[in-house]
Amino acid sequence: MRFRASWAVILAAALLVGLLAYGVASKRADRSIDAAISKGRRVEAPVRQLPVLGGQGDSSLADYKGKVVVLNFWASWCKPCTEELPLLEKTQQSLAGKNATVLGANYQDLSDSALKFVRRFKLTYPSLRDRDGQFADKYGSRAFPETFVIDRRGKIAAQRRGPVDQAWLDRTLPPLLGEKA
Amino acid sequence: MRRVLLALVLLVFATGAAPRATLPDIEDEVMCVECNTALNVSTSTVADQERAFIRRQIALGKDKQQVKDALVGEYGPGVLADPPSSGFDLAAWLVPILLAVLGIGGVAFAARRWRRGAAPEPAAGEPLADEDARRLDAELAAFDRR
Repeated sequence: MRFRASWAVILAAALLVGLLAYGVASKRADRSIDAAISKGRRVEAPVRQLPVLGGQGDSSLADYKGKVVVLNFWASWCKPCTEELPLLEKTQQSLAGKNATVLGANYQDLSDSALKFVRRFKLTYPSLRDRDGQFADKYGSRAFPETFVIDRRGKIAAQRRGPVDQAWLDRTLPPLLGEKA
Repeated sequence: MRRVLLALVLLVFATGAAPRATLPDIEDEVMCVECNTALNVSTSTVADQERAFIRRQIALGKDKQQVKDALVGEYGPGVLADPPSSGFDLAAWLVPILLAVLGIGGVAFAARRWRRGAAPEPAAGEPLADEDARRLDAELAAFDRR
């Protein structure tokens, strides 16, 4: 009887440890995109139907297939995010007529606060509202801003975890803009 | 008189139906979405933004549940401190219940074993051999004569 009881305790303890380990592992940021990009491979860009910031209805990255998309995760409470907004708007202007766009993904933010920045920097590119952060989770995002460049076939060709700069954009975008869908 | 009583009853119901929400009452039931800690212990910029939003909602006259609904509308269900009751997060609800059941079962099992062990039956003992019985009787008789 004692033998059976001690096995039951060991089994229960092992189950609890296993559950804890699974919980910790499942909350860890997914770095599979980073691994693929570092090996020169392109991976399918995750998509999710999301509300349009300051607009009506929903939209998705899938709606931009055929275009080069500079997908930028940002939030009004994130200072480095708001600091790079003017550069992203400048990029949007330079992409005009090249079948390409900047697309914002506003992460767990108040829509009013986000729209204040849209107005302040006169942003002309659209933003989607990633209210619960699940879209960012699919990209393994944890620290913002983060930017991903999606090619015309809907695959991630480049990524930047942290603020972008002109040099990185100049290096990354022209080859992708030259590609066919 | 009847009208006055009716008005008083209505007043009691009206004030009791929707208690006025307060920031401290809501703060400990929602999360800072950036830092993943309870809002009442968070000091980040986004926590301040959330607090300002809650104050504005309270100023609009919303009750606690309405303020929480507005927060979910802005930040999604992850803003609530209660873990979701689906997927892996369901474990956060089930594991404590399971542990409590196992604990109660363990205590009951241990108590039963303790009760059995605490009051052992007195041993009957072997009957004395004839010679020993005679010696014992002789000793007792000698003791009585003293």
